[in-house]
Amino acid sequence: MSTHTLSVLVENKPGVLARIAGLFSRRGFNIHSLAVGPTEHPEVSRMTIVVALEDSPLEQVTKQLNKLVEVIKVVELDDAASINRELMLVKLKADVSTRGQVLDAVQLFKARVVDVSPEAVTVELIGNADKLGDFLRVVEPFGIRELVQSGMVAIGRGSRSISERTLRPVQIPAPPAAGTGA
Amino acid sequence: MSEMTGAQSLIRSLEAAGTETIFGIPGGAILPAYDPLMDSSIRHILVRHEQGAGHAAQGYAAATGRVGVCMATSGPGATNLVTPLADAHMDSVPMVAVTGQVGAAAIGTDAFQEADIRGITMPITKHNFLVTDPAEIPRTIAEAFYIASTGRPGPVLVDVAKSALQAMTTYQWPSELRLPGYRPVTRPHSKQIREASRLILEARRPVLYVGGGVVRARASVELARLAALTGIPVVTTLMARGAFPDSHPQHLGMPGMHGTVAAVAGLQKSDLIISLGARFDDRVTGNLDTFAPGARVIHADIDPAEIGKNRHADVPIVGDAREVIADLLVALQAEADAGRTGDYEAWVGFLAGVKKKYALGYETPADGSLAPQYVIERLGSIVGPDAVYAAGVGQHQMWAAQFIGYENPNTWINSGGLGTMGYAVPAAMGAKVGRPDTPVWAIDGDGCFQMTNQELATCAINDIPIKVAIINNESLGMVRQWQTLFYSERYSNTDLHTGPGRRIPDFVKLAEAYGCVGLSCDSPDDVDATIAKAMEIDDLPVVVDFRVHRDAMVWPMVAAGASNDDIKYARDLAPDFDEDDL
Repeated sequence: MSTHTLSVLVENKPGVLARIAGLFSRRGFNIHSLAVGPTEHPEVSRMTIVVALEDSPLEQVTKQLNKLVEVIKVVELDDAASINRELMLVKLKADVSTRGQVLDAVQLFKARVVDVSPEAVTVELIGNADKLGDFLRVVEPFGIRELVQSGMVAIGRGSRSISERTLRPVQIPAPPAAGTGA
Repeated sequence: MSEMTGAQSLIRSLEAAGTETIFGIPGGAILPAYDPLMDSSIRHILVRHEQGAGHAAQGYAAATGRVGVCMATSGPGATNLVTPLADAHMDSVPMVAVTGQVGAAAIGTDAFQEADIRGITMPITKHNFLVTDPAEIPRTIAEAFYIASTGRPGPVLVDVAKSALQAMTTYQWPSELRLPGYRPVTRPHSKQIREASRLILEARRPVLYVGGGVVRARASVELARLAALTGIPVVTTLMARGAFPDSHPQHLGMPGMHGTVAAVAGLQKSDLIISLGARFDDRVTGNLDTFAPGARVIHADIDPAEIGKNRHADVPIVGDAREVIADLLVALQAEADAGRTGDYEAWVGFLAGVKKKYALGYETPADGSLAPQYVIERLGSIVGPDAVYAAGVGQHQMWAAQFIGYENPNTWINSGGLGTMGYAVPAAMGAKVGRPDTPVWAIDGDGCFQMTNQELATCAINDIPIKVAIINNESLGMVRQWQTLFYSERYSNTDLHTGPGRRIPDFVKLAEAYGCVGLSCDSPDDVDATIAKAMEIDDLPVVVDFRVHRDAMVWPMVAAGASNDDIKYARDLAPDFDEDDL
């Protein structure tokens, strides 16, 4: 099973997420991770969808997404040519005896402590999936009390934007004349 | 811009979109819209069940090529449209369904007659809308008709909150649409056309695999030219019957599970499949792994997602079937002018032999009872190719696809993809409304007919004189056929008791109760006279109960999931291809 990162520009309208989620489930595609948020255009939202593919080819996923009227554009982001990030908040057990070691790990991974209490610290870490995984392996022995993680967001490297020239209106056609279609 | 209610704006918008007829039933949430409808130029036909409204809109659309429109109220009214919407989605029928929704403030509260019809129909519509702001009504209707009728056609649902219908608003028909995510490609890429032409000239055993897209794209004239220019044999799928004349010598018939031996062989043994608006449905390909193993594929479709979905395409062409064929004609004509044409002589000869040797046929019952195929064959001959035929789903549908000679597109209307029993009567009603001067026959089964025959009342009251031929074999015939073949003749729940003895219901009396003319026919000797009698009546709907032999089966047949190589033209009889001729 391989994973692919899709950037999907959608109209910022109610129900779009339901359409996309429904499409994935009924066509038998697997969503590995999903992140949705606004873009530089107020009427456009961007979804970053990481798909785990078994049998169905990526092409079919992309084509089916493109068929949705409210999907404006689908772009596959190649790992090498894009930046991808996830955000993790993790509440670690840290009493007087272990706090020093926990803070060492935090420093090593350039994570940040965002909350402290006598028995625990809450740490924020931003990075790609590998970095987050590595961090968790290091801090796991201290005890993970709670963990929350965002879906991945990704953007292509370089100066080009995927959201240019996407919002042009279409002329409304006249209704067809009466008569048979034959 | 003018001030009016949302309901008035809705009706004005439907008029502006070109609506002539709406099939529907009023109810609480849609009630405001029915008031201005009384003053509208639009003809509203009050049906007896919303499913009938949906199928009528489909039949109207399929017979005319125009967008069919149906209307229903919230909750159960809307959910009764689910089957026709799913059907139209599968068969790419341009249709707009307008439903009332509970008031905006009540949405999500489990209010009386509330159902999330937008959520329910997401997977079975091309697109759908929920309108709560009355100012959005004109734009939404304009977008709905545009989406339904362009690209790959399909059903669009517009759910309008009752509060939006009741509120005051301004009406303004939009001059442009904001659909940034909807840009159907209709012009094929010239490079792909060149590549397709090259393969067509190289091939020795090509076949034109014609699907419903050719009918929807109104590409029959272009197809006839392409066939004439190249001499390539043609098969027409269940959805494409009529796209190419059955009388044409290059026509091998319908491929698939109940296709002709020649059409199945034409695909299976070809070295190049030129697919035009078809989608390699499992009922055509049989087992995909063994389907047409020696064929390269040119796959032209307006929907990019169809290309390569089931079968790899060597030359994918995204485009409208008419434009694709027109461009292929130009390219191939230029080749022909330069002296380059394909050599298909051996292949055409081989298929002509198969077509002759394994022509469609059927057994005449030894006991003198009526063969269903005979009824349908006679109907096709007597009524002729200028009529419209609508079928339900099952054995009668397959026989109607096999034994009627179609010469024109939009004359064969059926539920192909979804396989909706009960489609015929309301679809025929819709077709007759769209083409009032054309004779419209529903060919229905006794099982199908009992699912939607309440629309006979609609036909009788609204002067929609359709004719219904019930192929009454007292059973759910296709299921019974499978029980005969695959379940050791154990007939679990397929006997409908519509035959001698109980005859529940009596279809003749039922027809009469609905204000229609009811006729019956038991004997082959009476078939022609009965059909002639039905044809003489043009002011009332006519229902003919053709009481046929119940053991007749549909042949040829490729069993579900089997390879097309294993086609049987009759029980346990496989064709013997003389392939040395190839």
